[in-house]
Amino acid sequence: MGASAHAPTAVAAVNDDAFKDIARGRIAVWWFLASEIMVFGGFITCYVLFRYAHGGWEDAARHVNWKLGAVNTVVLLTSSLTMILAHHAVKVGDKQGVKTFLGLTIALGLTFLVIKGFEYHAEFAEGFTPLSGLFWSFYFLMTGLHGLHLLVGIIINLSLLVMALRGTIWACGDRVELGGLYWHFVDVVWIFLFPLLYLT
Amino acid sequence: MATATPSEIRVGAHHEPHLGFLRSYVFSVDHKVIAKQYLGLSLFMALLGGAAAYLIRWQLAWPETYVPGWGYVEPQQYNAIITMHGTIMIFFVAMPFVLGAFGNFLIPLMVGADDMAFPRLNMMSFWTLFVGSAVLIASFFVPAGPAAGGWTAYAPLSARPIYTGVTWGQNLWLIAVAIEFASFLMGGINFLTTALNMRVPGMTLWRLPMLVWTELIAAVLFMLSVGPLIAGAFMLLLDRIAGTSFFVPDKGGDPLLWQHLFWFFGHPEVYVVGLPGFGIMMEIIPVFSRKPLYGYKTIVWGMIAAGVLSFVVWAHHMFVSGIDPRLATPFSITTILISVPFAIIVFSLLVTLWGGKIELTSAMLFAVGGLATFIIGGVTGIFLGSAGLDVYLHGTYFVVAHFHYTLMPLAIFGGFAGLYFWFPKMFGRMMNETLGRIHFLATFICFNCVFIPLFLAGVAGNPRRIYEMSSYDFLKPAQPLHVIATIATLGLLAGQIPFIINFFMSLVRGRKAERNPWHANTLEWCTDSPPPHGNFSQPMVVYRDPYEYGNPDAPKDWMAQNEPPAAPAPLGGGQIRRTGTR
Ligand SMILES: [Cu+2]
Repeated sequence: MGASAHAPTAVAAVNDDAFKDIARGRIAVWWFLASEIMVFGGFITCYVLFRYAHGGWEDAARHVNWKLGAVNTVVLLTSSLTMILAHHAVKVGDKQGVKTFLGLTIALGLTFLVIKGFEYHAEFAEGFTPLSGLFWSFYFLMTGLHGLHLLVGIIINLSLLVMALRGTIWACGDRVELGGLYWHFVDVVWIFLFPLLYLT
Repeated sequence: MATATPSEIRVGAHHEPHLGFLRSYVFSVDHKVIAKQYLGLSLFMALLGGAAAYLIRWQLAWPETYVPGWGYVEPQQYNAIITMHGTIMIFFVAMPFVLGAFGNFLIPLMVGADDMAFPRLNMMSFWTLFVGSAVLIASFFVPAGPAAGGWTAYAPLSARPIYTGVTWGQNLWLIAVAIEFASFLMGGINFLTTALNMRVPGMTLWRLPMLVWTELIAAVLFMLSVGPLIAGAFMLLLDRIAGTSFFVPDKGGDPLLWQHLFWFFGHPEVYVVGLPGFGIMMEIIPVFSRKPLYGYKTIVWGMIAAGVLSFVVWAHHMFVSGIDPRLATPFSITTILISVPFAIIVFSLLVTLWGGKIELTSAMLFAVGGLATFIIGGVTGIFLGSAGLDVYLHGTYFVVAHFHYTLMPLAIFGGFAGLYFWFPKMFGRMMNETLGRIHFLATFICFNCVFIPLFLAGVAGNPRRIYEMSSYDFLKPAQPLHVIATIATLGLLAGQIPFIINFFMSLVRGRKAERNPWHANTLEWCTDSPPPHGNFSQPMVVYRDPYEYGNPDAPKDWMAQNEPPAAPAPLGGGQIRRTGTR
């Protein structure tokens, strides 16, 4: 049985339209984020169940610095805004805007990590380590993993910034969108972690 | 990401550029080569898993005697062998076999694509799995031996080295399994993106061959269930290495939490491995009955329903772990409910067989034999789903038998069926049917002779997880059952020899396969055997459903999916539907 020889030109046209790389990339990133959500969801569910089932966590939880946590929340939310602006700049072809907003996003991400570092430092100075009880185990595990994810996001944005500086980003502009999806995901994880770890 | 324009990628087969040995066979990005790598890895790991089964069964039938080819099985060794048997067979045999090999080989071919959506990622998935397998095998050689806490790695047994005496073995186990998860998560990206986004014109979702559907649902189930266990594996590793106590009660941890995380993954995982096995049967049974698959859409919706339900049944593994009886009842109900979609699949296949022109090739034998065997596994699952009965049966060999009766028919019988069926497409040569039938008979008969006695032993109250049963008086009457099971295991293992001979002999000397030796409909049969680099020499267009067999009004008893309608059809343009997701 030979392959059909029907209307090859029409077929090619349909293919051109339906199988664009950008859609593939988006599916892939969403898949990755969904699996990440399940991992963080696992941590968060375990933490919530433990707090629900066992008392005595309030004393430990009182020692985290909610003010710095709140500042960091604002920092991260702002970085999501600048990320959106970077994506918008790509869309409208604003060459300077892409560089500015990617740079701002990176700077805000680094600010978050620096503040987080001060928090860790203060907590270690007070003698709280991941082994000081379940609350601290969860606290350091979840914020540490979140920080690592943010670091990865910063690296992604740095590579995007390099592409923007070289001018190569316009050939694959959807990468800013995909990087943004990841950045917002890291942000959303923090939106869950902040009230759960700092405010309860 | 490929930067070539779509038309460059898609139209026409590109001829394999001369890439050299390494890029063509080792670090290839061609989905067909990667599929064969998965196949080779899973068959190699199956040898290890099979050897473990041999040692376990020998020890159980003739405790503390010399095992030919090995020596004496020590108690600690026995625990390690049990653990490794389960881990290897589930994660490193069944998954690479039915997902890695068949998913990779068939999804692009069946949707008419030239390759997976992300070929380099595909290559990375395989090599990640390879690293995971290497780590697992390395754990055999570390001091204090491999993991010995069971394939479920229940805490606190697994959480503190002192409880099992295993040090790095358990750590490496966790790392190997985590790497394996990462590998199949990467693989899933390709399954989903390819099946959704690379279908040729006319290949609507409702015309996808069942195998594609099952691989797709399996990949999604895996992705949605494995996350919490990855989190748990991380926490368990910290418990072991850093001294946290997530799962250790002495500082407020909770061992039951591990069971929840494990089985939230563990139950969907059965379907991850099982559904593609069903998918293979659903491809083969219509071909060798020369009838359309009965109830296509019902089956798809049934599988989706089973997938959704599989997330709310996990506590049926914990009825004897001290969960609240008020919690047991809802989980009993969902568990028994989940048998409905599987009954639908089984009955659809039975109706497909009914009145068909049945041809018992090796592939068909394994498909139908697997289906028959699975029915026993499914029915005994209803027993175990009832919390009251499970309290009695859970700790016994009944569970061992039930588990093997569900997974072996789908992953192993299904996998073998698929191998006999697609071997000509994969390697361009036919397998020997006589050896294939001998292989089937030996496998089918011996398999049942292994596990029916174990059902009986379980009903009699014979506990599992006992190293040496002859020291308990109340187990003495069950001993003959174990001897039968062990002799049958030896037969089961020996029964694989015809397969191994057949596999390698056919690779070299098998009759050259034509394009479509079984007169099947799906797109992979519309190209050369084996398909060239790029799969199809012309772009495919799909005009019909995948299972149009034995239509009395049609000129022949199969109608390939790319066969245009006979009349100068008004539908010609209308049926070429755009199927992209954008
Ligand atoms: Cu289950």
